[in-house]
Amino acid sequence: MTTTAPSSAAAQPATSSAPLLEVTDVQKWFPGRSKGLLSRTGNPVKAVDGVSFTVHEGETLGLVGESGCGKSTTGRVVSKLIEPTGGAIRFQGRDISGLSRRAMRPLRREVQMIFQDPYSSLNPRQTIGTIVGTPFRIQGQKPEGGVKKAVQGLMERVGLNPEHYNRYPHEFSGGQRQRIGIARALALRPKLIVCDEPVSALDVSVQAQVVNLLEDLQSEFGLAYVFIAHDLSVVRHISDRVAVMYLGKIMEITDRDSLYESPMHPYTHALLSAVPIPDPAVESRRERILLTGDLPSPSSPPSGCVFHTRCPKYRTELSDSQREHCRTTQPVLEEKRPGHQVYCHFPQVRTDLIDGQPGPVRTTGPKTA
Amino acid sequence: MSIGGPTEFEAVTAADGMNTDPSGDDAPADIQGRSLASIAWRRLRRDKVALAGGVVIVLFVLVAVFADLIAAVYGQNPDRQNNLGPTSPINDVTGLPNGAFGGISPEHILGVIPLSGQDLFINLVYGARTSLSVAITATALSLVLGVSLGLIAGYFRGWADTVISRTMDVLLSFPTLLFSIALIAVVSYINSDPAIRFYILVFVLGFFAFPYIGRIVRGQVLSLREKEFVEAARSLGAGNIRIMFREIAPNLFGPILVYTTLSIPNNMLGEAGLSFLGLGLVGTPSWGQLLSDANQYLQVDPFYLFLPGLAIFIAVLAFNLFGDGLRDALDPKSTR
Ligand SMILES: Nc1ncnc2c1ncn2[C@@H]1O[C@H](COP(=O)(O)OP(=O)(O)OP(=O)(O)O)[C@@H](O)[C@H]1O
Ligand SMILES: [Mg+2]
Repeated sequence: MTTTAPSSAAAQPATSSAPLLEVTDVQKWFPGRSKGLLSRTGNPVKAVDGVSFTVHEGETLGLVGESGCGKSTTGRVVSKLIEPTGGAIRFQGRDISGLSRRAMRPLRREVQMIFQDPYSSLNPRQTIGTIVGTPFRIQGQKPEGGVKKAVQGLMERVGLNPEHYNRYPHEFSGGQRQRIGIARALALRPKLIVCDEPVSALDVSVQAQVVNLLEDLQSEFGLAYVFIAHDLSVVRHISDRVAVMYLGKIMEITDRDSLYESPMHPYTHALLSAVPIPDPAVESRRERILLTGDLPSPSSPPSGCVFHTRCPKYRTELSDSQREHCRTTQPVLEEKRPGHQVYCHFPQVRTDLIDGQPGPVRTTGPKTA
Repeated sequence: MSIGGPTEFEAVTAADGMNTDPSGDDAPADIQGRSLASIAWRRLRRDKVALAGGVVIVLFVLVAVFADLIAAVYGQNPDRQNNLGPTSPINDVTGLPNGAFGGISPEHILGVIPLSGQDLFINLVYGARTSLSVAITATALSLVLGVSLGLIAGYFRGWADTVISRTMDVLLSFPTLLFSIALIAVVSYINSDPAIRFYILVFVLGFFAFPYIGRIVRGQVLSLREKEFVEAARSLGAGNIRIMFREIAPNLFGPILVYTTLSIPNNMLGEAGLSFLGLGLVGTPSWGQLLSDANQYLQVDPFYLFLPGLAIFIAVLAFNLFGDGLRDALDPKSTR
């Protein structure tokens, strides 16, 4: 046993107490590129436009959406890598959105990040020992037994050979590199880790291992995750609740089972119908909802409901007056069923999209440290 | 050039990309425990031409460092005139060296300088010292300026970048040679201290060259600062200084090294050129001065012109070959 005992909060996720993280109406508009010499700036890029969610201690929130919908930007705002242009981020009840770097510094320990690209997330000129030990040095912490011992303990905990302390990142495979990134994020014993597509760049076989590792660490250390992914199959396994994003907004947010078994938003329906089902008989019978058209530019989102330009329901099922409503009136993200918030004027529960089986099963047993 | 980019060893990691063993025990044995520098060194060792250049560089440096010792052992010094007395290698009537090839003899292994009879070999030895000391100091100056300003411009962007980049543009389009000639002439007129010549020479060579490395560094930093490892450091609470020097600067090692080995020969040529024009160091021999002196004897003693020319040629070539080899060794895309 090389790691410290799990904190007492580890066992119970989602208690009724105040949330660990509370994101309220957060906005991140990037200044637009100037189009010509005369116009100084173009429309702002509304990468994130009014996103609200909460994450409780020990809980995993899945954040899903197509490429470019603002998932990474949301993650970066939450971990204070970039400043939001509006809204509030409360961590343990304290608004951190306006804090200076100096004031943020102690809070850095509590929120960490795991990145998508296992190649660019590790400095090629530093050894693994240096990379995983950096959090201690930056935060001026002296772990018991020294930095080296702590780093080797972390390496062992994430499934790396501690003797590889002096090796360089290029000597490791993608999955191992991701483990190095996880060890670094874990070093300061954070309460929340934002995982930005941590397995998207990995082979499928390795994906399951890394997801399992994250789950084991979660129960051991009582971590909360914001787990970003671009499809619904990866997050199903690990999430307690799932938020579906589209064009900088949350379309639907609810607990995992409701989302998969009774999704209400047409966009979620489309995403779910793309999740492969292991049983070929079911797979061939079920309806595949295809989205037509391209993702609109976040610098000039459609009027009314931002999804209406690609909404299958809008195209095929709604009457003219209903369409008019979709085009002109912004829906709000509101509770349509208990604990189930949807951004849609005409939500509809569908239960025919997924077979109710749990997500991918573990390929290995839990790690015992 | 993307030295230090994270993709540079994709080939290596692709080989164990299927490796699902978390302990990593089956990483290819031949790369275990090797830093990027040691991989580059292994590649460089296979490049015989570059290695030959490296050996010549080491020889030149040794000669320059131990010039006094060589002079003592050899029994000559650059100022000693050997044009009087019965054993003089100089012909009393013509003032030219006696014998073939500029008067080569056991006492003067590369002959003597016409009229004065100074030993040419020891003049070339001290010329190496002049050439290297000016070139290395000037390169150091351009490195300090170029790396720090390039780092600031690329890291902070915005107005700092605008100011620095425009300044570099201006310097690059500056008539450097004319300005140097004028500056040296004016300063020497005001202050005839020989030491000041050294500083001016270093200044004109080093200062006007810094935009070259400055631009390289700026470009590298612009892409490095977007890497996720920089974000990771920032999310841990690292400040700008720490990120610039601990995270980004080590990745500039390759370009800086290559620039250094290619800039030194450039500055050697610059020093020789200015010395040839009479604007070099005073009171110490230099290759450029020897060349300009030898110019008068081109018809009667061509060997005198040939030797300093050869010295410059070999030194510059050696640095360039070594620098090219180094660039290939550090370049991920090279297949050598
Ligand atoms: N620094 C920036 N400046 C301007 N626009 C940006 C910036 N960062 C992101 N964007 C824009 O914001 C939008 C959302 O980007 P983001 O990276 O958050 O998407 P994402 O959901 O993470 O996509 P992916 O799945 O590709 O990672 C995109 O249109 C992107 O072009
Ligand atoms: Mg992203």
